[in-house]
Amino acid sequence: MPSRSSDTRPKASWALTLAALGTLLFLHVPMWIIFLYTLTPEEATYTFPLPGFTTKWYGVALQRPDLWRSLTLSFQVAAIATVVALILGTFAAAAVYRSNFFGRESISFLLVLPIALPGIVTGIALRTAIGGLDIPFSFWTIVIGHATFCVVVVYNNVLARFRRTSATMIEASMDLGANSFQTFRHVVLPNIATALLAGGMLAFALSFDEVIVTTFTAGQQTTLPIWIFSQLSRPRDRPVTNVVATIVILITFLPIFFAQKISAEASDTEGETK
Amino acid sequence: MIKNPAIRFDNVSRHFGEIKAVHQVDLEIGDGEFFSMLGPSGSGKTTCLRMIAGFDRPSEGKIFLYDQDVSSLPPYERPVNTVFQDYALFPHMTIEDNIAYGLMIKGMPKIKRMKRVDEMLNLVRLPGFGYRKPSQLSGGQRQRVALARALINQPKVLLLDEPLGALDLKLRQQMQVELKNIQREVGITFIFVTHDQEEAITMSDRIAVFSEGKIEQVGSPSDIYERPATEFVAGFVGTSNLVSGEIAKRATGSAKTFSIRPEKIHLGFDGDTPAVGMAALDGTVREVVYLGLYTRYLVEIEGGVDLVVIEQNLKTTSMDVLSAKGQKVKLSWHPDHISHLGS
Repeated sequence: MPSRSSDTRPKASWALTLAALGTLLFLHVPMWIIFLYTLTPEEATYTFPLPGFTTKWYGVALQRPDLWRSLTLSFQVAAIATVVALILGTFAAAAVYRSNFFGRESISFLLVLPIALPGIVTGIALRTAIGGLDIPFSFWTIVIGHATFCVVVVYNNVLARFRRTSATMIEASMDLGANSFQTFRHVVLPNIATALLAGGMLAFALSFDEVIVTTFTAGQQTTLPIWIFSQLSRPRDRPVTNVVATIVILITFLPIFFAQKISAEASDTEGETK
Repeated sequence: MIKNPAIRFDNVSRHFGEIKAVHQVDLEIGDGEFFSMLGPSGSGKTTCLRMIAGFDRPSEGKIFLYDQDVSSLPPYERPVNTVFQDYALFPHMTIEDNIAYGLMIKGMPKIKRMKRVDEMLNLVRLPGFGYRKPSQLSGGQRQRVALARALINQPKVLLLDEPLGALDLKLRQQMQVELKNIQREVGITFIFVTHDQEEAITMSDRIAVFSEGKIEQVGSPSDIYERPATEFVAGFVGTSNLVSGEIAKRATGSAKTFSIRPEKIHLGFDGDTPAVGMAALDGTVREVVYLGLYTRYLVEIEGGVDLVVIEQNLKTTSMDVLSAKGQKVKLSWHPDHISHLGS
C-alpha cells in the first residue's frame, strides 16, 4: 500500500526538495571525499582535482598485517558482543514484557540509559569498575564494554515486537501441550526472529565502529576504529587510512540497510495478523 | 451431587492481593455437559476458567478433573484445551500447522497428523483452507480454526473464553447453533464463559451465574430465568420486576421480596377482572414503548414502585397501545410465576 499512497500524495515543493537534497549532501559528501582520496597517487596531501588515478592503495592496505589484526579483532569483538546482547536483551525484554514486578518501569529506563549516556561517561565508569575489580584489561573487557550498549538495541527491538504480538499466543501454545522450551522454540522465536536479526545487525554495526568506550576498556588491543584513529598521526599513510575507512563504511552499511528493510517489512505485515 | 463430575471445584479461592477474584467457590460440572459461566466482567468467571486451564492456580482449595487433583499441574500437563477470546492463532504458521500444533508437540508423524487435520477442517466446515495463513481468514473462520486446533487433541474438557465476543450478531447466532451441534457430535464437556445472558440461555445445559467472585446460582436455563434465586440473578438475566414490603404484602399476603418477569404480567384495562386465583395490583400506565413485535409498558403501582410489563401485539395496533398512557390498569399474574428471592 505505501506505493499507492505515494502516488496520491501531492508533489513536494522545490524548497522542500532543495532542503532534503542539501541535508543528504551534508551527510554524505564527506564520505565521498574519503572514497575519492583512496584513488589519489599523492601520499600526504589532499589536492583537487586529483593529480592522477591509482588503485594501488587498496593493494597496499591489504598487505598491512597490523590492519588485518585490527580488522579481525573488531570482527570478533562485534560478533561476541552481539551474541551476548541477543541473549541478555531478549531475556530482559521478556522479563519486562511478561511480568509485572515492582520497579519494572525503572528497570526499563535503566536498561536504555547506557545508549543515552555520553560514551565517555560509560567509558570512564567501566574503566573505574574494571580497574577496581582488578580485572586485567583485555579482549574480554572490550566485549563487556560494547555489550552495555548493544544490549539496549536488542532489548528495544525485541520489546517492541513482544508488545505487538498477542500475549495469549504463549498461553495457547502451553494449552496445546508445549512446555516452556517447546513454546519458545515453535512460537516465541519465530515471532521475534526478524526483531532479533534487525537488533543484532544494529548492535554489530554499533560495536564495529565504537571508539570511545573501546579506548577506556581495551588493554594493548587495537580495534579497527582505534587503528584508524592512530593513523591520523601518520600523514604518509593517509590513502591507506581512507581505503580502510571505505571498507568500514561498506561493512556497516550493509547490516544497517538490511536491518531497516527487515523492520519495515515486519511492521507492514504485522497489522494483518492481530 | 453429580455422579462422576468432569470438573469439581472444592472451596476454590483466587485472591490477587486484596482483590478476591474468586472466593470459596464449590462447583460440579457433569460429564458431557454444555456448561456456561455467566456474569459481568470482573465477576470471576474467566479466572475460574483460567484455573481449569492451568494459567492460574487457586490460592486456596482444589480443582479436580475426573477425580484427579489438577490444582498444581502446568497447562501442558492437563487434558483440557482452550478456545481463546482473541483466537490466539500462530500468525507465522499455516492453518494446517496451527491445527496440527498439539499433535506435532506430542510427536505424531506428519502423515498421520495431516489426516486428522483434514477431518477437523471438515468438522468445522473449512475444507481446503489448510494452506492459508491466519491473516487471510475472516473473524468467523479464525474462530473455527481455533476450535479445530483445540478439538484435535481430543481434550476431556473444552474451555471457551467468550469465543463469540468479537463476531457480529448474525455470525454469532449462527456460531451458537454450530457450537452446540459440534458439542453433540464430539460428546465432550464444554465450559463456556460469557457475559451474554441470551447466549448462555440458548446454548447451555446448565448455567452458573457469577457475581463478585461468587456463584449466585447454578441451574438449567429455565431455572435461572424462571426461578432466579437472588436479586442479582433476577436483574442480570433478562428484565425483572422486584416487589417487596407493603406492596408485596398486598399482592401475595407476605412482605417477602419476590421477582416477576415482565411478560408474565397480564395488563387488564377497566372492566377486565382477573381470572380466579390470580394475584393482582392496581396501577397507572406511565409510559408506553411500541416495539413492533411487542409493547413495553411502565406501570406505576399505588405506593410508589414501577413495574415493567411486556405484552405481545397480538390483537392491538400501535394506535391502540399508545392510547393506553395514563389509564388505570389492573396487573395480574399466576402465583406460580413469581420467584421469592433468597437475598
